[in-house]
Amino acid sequence: MGNKQTIFTDEQLDAYQVRHLQLHGRYHELAPHLVPMDYTKDPDCKLPLALIVNMPELKENPFRNRIVESFSEDGMGNLSFNEFVDMFSVLSEMAPRELKAIYAFKIYDFNVDNYLCKEDLEKTLNKLTKEELTPEEVELVCQKAIEEADLDGDNKLSFADFENMITRAPDFLR
Amino acid sequence: HHVKGYCNPEQTQHFVVTAGDEDEFSSHPEEHERERHRGKRREGDREKKKRGHGKRRKASRSREREEEVQARPDKRERERRRRAKSDRETGGRQRDEEGKAKIKSGKVAKTKKNITNEKTKKQEEEEESEDRNAKGKKKHGNCPVYNGEEDNEEKEVRPESLTPEELERLKEAVDDRKKLIQVLRGKPWPMKKKLVTLRESQQFVEKYEGALGKGKGRKLYVYKVMMTKKWMKFQRDFENFRTACIPWEMKIKEIESHFGSSVASYFIFLRWMYGINMILFGLTFGLVMVPEALMGRPYGSIPRKTVPRAEEASAMDFAVLWDFGGYAQYSVLFYGYYNNQRAIGWLKFRMPLSYFLVGVGTVAYSYMVVIRTMARNANESGVGDDNSFNFSWKVFTSWDYLIGNPETADNKFASITTSFKEAILEEQESCKDDNIHLTRFLRVLANFLVLCCLAGSGYLIYFVVRRSQKFALDGLENHTWWERNEVNMVMSLLGMFCPMLFDVISALENYHPRVALQWQLGRIFALFLGNLYTFIIALMDEINLKREEENIVKFNITTWEASFYNGTVSENSTGLPFTVQPADVPRGPCWETMVGQEFVRLIISDTMTTYITLLIGDFLRAVFVRFLNHCWCWDLEAGFPSYSEFDVSGNVLGLIFNQGMIWMGAFYAPCLPALNVLRLHVSMYLQCWAVMCCNVPQERVFKASGSNNFYMAMLLVILFLSTLPAIYTIVTIPPSFDCGPFSGKKRMFDVIQETLESDFPAWFSKVFSYASNPGLVLPFILLMILAIYYLQSTSKSYKEANVELKKKLQTQNEENKKKNKRAALKAQMDLEEARKAAEQQQNNKASLQDQEGEPFEFSPVPRTYHHGNHGTPGHLPGFPRQSEHRMYRVPSLQRH
Repeated sequence: MGNKQTIFTDEQLDAYQVRHLQLHGRYHELAPHLVPMDYTKDPDCKLPLALIVNMPELKENPFRNRIVESFSEDGMGNLSFNEFVDMFSVLSEMAPRELKAIYAFKIYDFNVDNYLCKEDLEKTLNKLTKEELTPEEVELVCQKAIEEADLDGDNKLSFADFENMITRAPDFLR
Repeated sequence: HHVKGYCNPEQTQHFVVTAGDEDEFSSHPEEHERERHRGKRREGDREKKKRGHGKRRKASRSREREEEVQARPDKRERERRRRAKSDRETGGRQRDEEGKAKIKSGKVAKTKKNITNEKTKKQEEEEESEDRNAKGKKKHGNCPVYNGEEDNEEKEVRPESLTPEELERLKEAVDDRKKLIQVLRGKPWPMKKKLVTLRESQQFVEKYEGALGKGKGRKLYVYKVMMTKKWMKFQRDFENFRTACIPWEMKIKEIESHFGSSVASYFIFLRWMYGINMILFGLTFGLVMVPEALMGRPYGSIPRKTVPRAEEASAMDFAVLWDFGGYAQYSVLFYGYYNNQRAIGWLKFRMPLSYFLVGVGTVAYSYMVVIRTMARNANESGVGDDNSFNFSWKVFTSWDYLIGNPETADNKFASITTSFKEAILEEQESCKDDNIHLTRFLRVLANFLVLCCLAGSGYLIYFVVRRSQKFALDGLENHTWWERNEVNMVMSLLGMFCPMLFDVISALENYHPRVALQWQLGRIFALFLGNLYTFIIALMDEINLKREEENIVKFNITTWEASFYNGTVSENSTGLPFTVQPADVPRGPCWETMVGQEFVRLIISDTMTTYITLLIGDFLRAVFVRFLNHCWCWDLEAGFPSYSEFDVSGNVLGLIFNQGMIWMGAFYAPCLPALNVLRLHVSMYLQCWAVMCCNVPQERVFKASGSNNFYMAMLLVILFLSTLPAIYTIVTIPPSFDCGPFSGKKRMFDVIQETLESDFPAWFSKVFSYASNPGLVLPFILLMILAIYYLQSTSKSYKEANVELKKKLQTQNEENKKKNKRAALKAQMDLEEARKAAEQQQNNKASLQDQEGEPFEFSPVPRTYHHGNHGTPGHLPGFPRQSEHRMYRVPSLQRH
């Protein structure tokens, strides 16, 4: 292919406002046989979760499957290019805190019910510690975490609770 | 004030609904506005709290409204119905998105794109009509006119036909669109929706911007729009350029991704240090070294600028130059080279004054920067030190999303696990003290051992320095390389091995690892400081020796001059003025240059040791472990030598002390900042390389964000301690009589007075002399002390108030929590009753209808119990959702 081949139209490039070509390169790299080089006509193609999870940025992340799933439209982890760009824009440094909080909530919400309940917390914790804590310890930590952050006493964390808690965290977004 | 309305379609729908409400109930236009605002705000609050649920309720409400309103034969009703239809459509789509209606999803997926397009178009339309409605309500009578316009919306808007108010409104709408485009990035929508919205808004803006322009101020408006566009583009480009300009950003990011943020924090600190040194270097280089080299007298013109005859033979030898003797000593690099001529060159550059001011400015600038950075860090970290969300924070924010290396990830898992265990332990507060006497004894012992170490190292340095003075008196040529470089080598070796010793000793103490790390840092700090001060004291002794020598030389010179004069007079037959080569003139020892040389040598040897340890301790070790692993008795990688860790604390301390020496020596050796810049530059590349190629991440990772100010505080202490001796020498010791910019003066700071007297008008010096009168200075100092005291006490009271407020906030939070819990409980009770009633009804109905088989309808009763108590997600239709609504409504009502 020639050097000057257009992958995106100017308008498209202007719209994304990100380092877009680079990202397309990454996306193309993941599955050269699936992703077309020419994106001027908005082709409809999706990459499966297994491919995306193997990117070096996500490979070591304990929540990689959840991250990809929460950005995919179908909830199964298949990402179109738009969703791929979306994921990177949210995970980048430039994204505002509020946006990050929203997606963080989605990521930790394992059973997509718009609440972080005890199960979600247990899963999070087990992924964080590689299941090295005893069940009693996990129980205690989950109990404590919910107790601390739950403002409305329903024993699960709604997004409001989560946001209230996470925006005060010293390590969030640093 | 419509900004919010554009945010997302659901909200817009809601506005329409509330507007409908008020249309029916109140007739006063102003009240409308207010009501509408309030409704918006309330809705906004609620909207934030629960995304999904409100939407559904609103959708259903809008349907109700529709039915209520149907009776009214108005043109607007048609509009509204159309909108309500779209409501339902979008509402349905929402539900699809949440994956609740799974049957349809296949079909929807196909038409999704269409729907999105349609939706945004409709959204736009709605916004337009919304606008118009609002207007219409203001002037009740005019409604039909606007509605007529609304119908023509597809046609081109002719600006001539618009009234100024409409123009204004249109302008507002355009501005809103622009705002939307700006904030679009921060919206939690899927990219596709963002793109579509963006395109629509851009089209809208383009379409109406042109139309808007056709008034009188058209050209200006177009120009303004164009300029803002250009300005935005420029800003974006500039931002990109700026991020591209940050030096070593990519390198540091790479390290961060491999080793986590604590290692990266060292490199960021290094870069910060590099920036400061660049400025110091700019000051000394631009205002001292370059003017002297360009405009001062050239080399060899006067004795202080010439290599003495005795040293001339070896002045160009590498060994001598490496020691900064020979030609290096008699150059702009050192204090002694500078002439005491008051003004040099055609610029009349005041060299001595400049030298003095640069020395003062260096220190002042450093103080300013360090303190400012500290204050900023304190501001940042001071917010989040409450411990109210300890566990939740640990659960949700402990993972470092930048980690991309398996080993780092493993370590991170381990450290998270330990931190959880620690937290659990602390929570349980089961601190059982097993044999407190033994622990105490061991701690005392450990401290005693450390003190011994410190004292021993101090004595060793003192001894070595003394010995080297003896060697220096004998003449350096008669001694071996080791004897000449003993001081620096001993200091470097001590700095290398004592921390290890401390590490071993601290194992005795059995402290919490975080506390242990602080102790360790403190001890190393004390060791370095002790070494540095021993070195300074020894240097002071040497200065005194040199000054005695100087007195002798001074006496000798007068006799020499006298004899020389007599000699020339006696044989002065030709009448030529006598000329002596500057190299032959006897001269004093010039202690200032000696001090500068010592510091430069120290820096050089320190740098060398750092690099060599890096190469041997890290690189060779890594090579050895890697390549001999398969032919060795035990596993080298997992066993004893293994790979080295990157020692963040040690490296940071090294950096801090290096900087301290720069601050101390920079006055006597203007080349020091330049040397340091070079060193830091090389360090950056070398250490980046070493870290990436032969280090493994630390096991005990400590948080970088918390320790930054700790480092800064150390830097400040070092800055203070290193300026003390420099100021002491400047103030108390008279400068050498025949070298340096201040030669011939009693004290170095006399240069200020001299400048005041000769370069400023007479009245100024008079004023200054009055001002420096003790009678004025003392009250002034007193005033300053009072001001400091006052500020300090106010800041203390502010802090107290802060703590108080925090406490209040906390109690309020607790209270709210309790209140909410109570409200939730009550709501649950109500729900229970409703449930029971419903059940009763159902029962009745069921008994009436002969139980047509609805097991699903019966099951809710026991299951709701379950919900309430354990908070499992509610998948049951209807009821659990309602309970939440009620729950949320309670606080929001209380607020208004």
